[in-house]
Amino acid sequence: MTLLGQFALWAAFLLGGWAAVVGFSGRWHGRPELALSVTRAVYALFGVLVVAAISLWKGIIVHDFNIEYVAAYTSRNLPGYYLVSAFWAGQKGSLLFWAIVLSFFAALAQWLTPARYRALMPYVAAVTSAVTVFFVMVMLFASNPFERLPFTPPDGNGLNPQLQNIGMVIHPPMLYLGYISITLPFAFAIAALLSRRLDTGWLQAIRKWTLMSWLFLSIGITLGMWWAYVELGWGGYWAWDPVENASLLPWLTMSAFLHSVMIQEKRGMLKRWNMTLIIGSFLLSIFGTFITRSGVIASVHSFTQSNVGYFFLGFLVTAAILSFTLLYTRWDRLEADVQLESMVSREAAFLFNNLLLVGIAFSVLWGTLFPILSEAVRGTKISVGPPFFNKVNVPLGLLLLGLTGIGPLIAWRKASTANLKRQFTWPVASGVVVMLALLAFKVTDFYALMALALAGFVVGTLTQEFVRGTRARHRMYGESVPTAFLQLVARNRRRYGGYVVHLGMVIYFAAFAGYAFKTEMEATLRPGDSATLKSPFGHTYTFTHLGVSQFEQLNRVVTQASVQVSKDGVPAGVINSEKRQHFSEPAPGVRQKSFEPSTEVGIRSTMQEDLYIVYAGSVEGTEEAVYRFTINPLVLWVWIGGVVLVVGGLITMWPGGTGGAVVRPRQAGYEVQLAGSSGAGA
Amino acid sequence: MNRRGFLGGLGRAAAAGAVVAGLAPRAGVGQGQEVLPGQGEAGTLRDPASAGRSRERVTDHDNDAMITGVEKRMQCTCGCTLDIYTCRTTDFTCTYSPALHKEVVALAQDGKTADEIVAAFVEKYGEKVLMAPKPEGFNIAGYVVPGVAILLVAGAMLVILRQRTRSLQLRTAAAVPGDAAPMAPGTLRAVTAAPPASSDELARLERELRELDS
Repeated sequence: MTLLGQFALWAAFLLGGWAAVVGFSGRWHGRPELALSVTRAVYALFGVLVVAAISLWKGIIVHDFNIEYVAAYTSRNLPGYYLVSAFWAGQKGSLLFWAIVLSFFAALAQWLTPARYRALMPYVAAVTSAVTVFFVMVMLFASNPFERLPFTPPDGNGLNPQLQNIGMVIHPPMLYLGYISITLPFAFAIAALLSRRLDTGWLQAIRKWTLMSWLFLSIGITLGMWWAYVELGWGGYWAWDPVENASLLPWLTMSAFLHSVMIQEKRGMLKRWNMTLIIGSFLLSIFGTFITRSGVIASVHSFTQSNVGYFFLGFLVTAAILSFTLLYTRWDRLEADVQLESMVSREAAFLFNNLLLVGIAFSVLWGTLFPILSEAVRGTKISVGPPFFNKVNVPLGLLLLGLTGIGPLIAWRKASTANLKRQFTWPVASGVVVMLALLAFKVTDFYALMALALAGFVVGTLTQEFVRGTRARHRMYGESVPTAFLQLVARNRRRYGGYVVHLGMVIYFAAFAGYAFKTEMEATLRPGDSATLKSPFGHTYTFTHLGVSQFEQLNRVVTQASVQVSKDGVPAGVINSEKRQHFSEPAPGVRQKSFEPSTEVGIRSTMQEDLYIVYAGSVEGTEEAVYRFTINPLVLWVWIGGVVLVVGGLITMWPGGTGGAVVRPRQAGYEVQLAGSSGAGA
Repeated sequence: MNRRGFLGGLGRAAAAGAVVAGLAPRAGVGQGQEVLPGQGEAGTLRDPASAGRSRERVTDHDNDAMITGVEKRMQCTCGCTLDIYTCRTTDFTCTYSPALHKEVVALAQDGKTADEIVAAFVEKYGEKVLMAPKPEGFNIAGYVVPGVAILLVAGAMLVILRQRTRSLQLRTAAAVPGDAAPMAPGTLRAVTAAPPASSDELARLERELRELDS
């Protein structure tokens, strides 16, 4: 099968090359059979990559340990579902995964894009095929998943224990899907530039792709946070590691694009900026892969040391030069249809929102690269960790949160004083009430106070938007309040789905604020001994060590330490934390330890706070156990915020409604002005 | 022999037994079969090696806010990029962070303040040991460049947009002649010529705006 896989990769290389060369050459103009051959090459590319993927998967499933990749990431006793995730657990497999998903999306785009965009499609095929060919090249010449060993080991190394977690089955593919699907909007943007069809048509064609990409990135990032929290055992979910930052960068620029594209659709403004954002997002996704694969920046993630990083650097530089040169040559054609009319308008608010999102992306990028810069300038190695990123980014994040509440309150084009007063009264009151309540409860941490007060303000904004819209429908159409609410959302999914996304962001920020009140302690306990810890919400938890047991489970020996928890003197159940010693079985009855023992955290989540218990180990082989007890306030809300955000994104993406599909290059028709006011505020 | 010594001896014997037997399956510890907590062999583990490295007992220093605070400001030198506190309480295979912790404790016991301990570490391990660079010299750029860049761009945006909106307002004022007859406040008038809004359309718009306002 490896031979077939290898053959499939070469076939993919040739097919992708054909599609790219013919697509970019433009020689298909007036030659429909040539244009059709480009489209068919895209479908065939997907087909041969499916063959390659099946070849690798078969190797994994039949335990063909002669394949280096299979031996490195699987073992005979690896549970079945991890055999599935082993496909993308290592670099070689993840490159193949990337190529096959990209070719699938490319084929889907060719198949689903309406005929009115036919002129763009060969260029789109060329871009997607060129990117796919790049990944195939990396596999063929540097990191081949079908590479064979000179011998066949009796068993494989097995999967890293920390990757044996359901979060790791879902999190990487979600992030990959996010990264990969950015290629589609990028391909359409390049196609629009090459074909000089720079009206808003291409924006309409990529709308679903951009939302999907953003949604996958959001899910991937949130799942990554969840995995880090439940698996790594350090008690947090975000550490500003370069690999985490790499996923955040395109998410930030895509978020900026999703906002600014509305201005282009409604007013015909920001055309150049939107092109720049899409190109930038694609380049950042490649840049993220470069910094996470090259090892140029130290990371806690083990896959950062490899030989393919510089392939990505070369590709990144080439793609950046070609894309921005093309954009430069079309610069004059991207003139805005109209100009901003007032500094107090939703357009202006969106501009500042974009500035902050891109500013935060720049700040994250700057912090991630600063160690390299510092070493180049001063010759001194430095570290840039969470204290740096928090200091620089938390104020920017709070500003962004504030703008999340301000944007929807300001009218398009120009807001009047009366409009501002009417719109801001309740949201501001809501924020002030939250702040006063927190001060009354003696919450003095400045950033937490500001985050929660701004969250109150934004919730006030969102509530007001939903209440006013529902009330208007209720009065105008005589609908019941629930029907009016549902109709309101259903008829303008983009706007109200977007508000639900904002609500998800507010929940995130409120949950992040809880991190400031984390409390923790270490303790050594013999069976029957207890330790107590007071929570930020004033509860007293008592942890009584019950003992340590050992048993076998699947492919590991488990050492489980159990703690009886009581909250304010009332029993609240038992929490177990574990050490897991994985082993492989090269022959029946023969076992070999694989990897160092890993730690499994014991977690009990409530709406207020999480109890997070880590069994650090035992003293001298006895049941006397060393623990770290942590109380993490509001963590459950991080995951709830993620779910709300995804629900909002899905509402926005859902087909139908009246608000999303209509693209208006500018507000056409007549213009009205309320007599006695200075501008069009409605 | 006291109880702890007895248990320790038993633990060592069990550990030796585990080494001899490897991880071969044993009777009574079958697939998924669990020994109930607190009912193990007299408080010793059957297979201590599977529970990771033996741990030292926690002391008051380990929970001392000053010491943990200092450790969170400095990076473990094992290359993991975690701070010393997080590394020693998370990566139980690391041998560097417990040693660094002992150094911090020793300096604290010598009466050093948090800043003095950090300074001693920087002197010994270099600036890389800090989780965030000191805001001095070239490092200041690290802290201020993002904020300054955003402020500069925001300032430039404000100036340019202000100029453009003003010139647009001037052009609009010149293009709309008159503002002829005064109208009652709250009524709508068309301010561009084509296509004209019909009176029905204006009335409907006015009604809907009123509905939205109320």
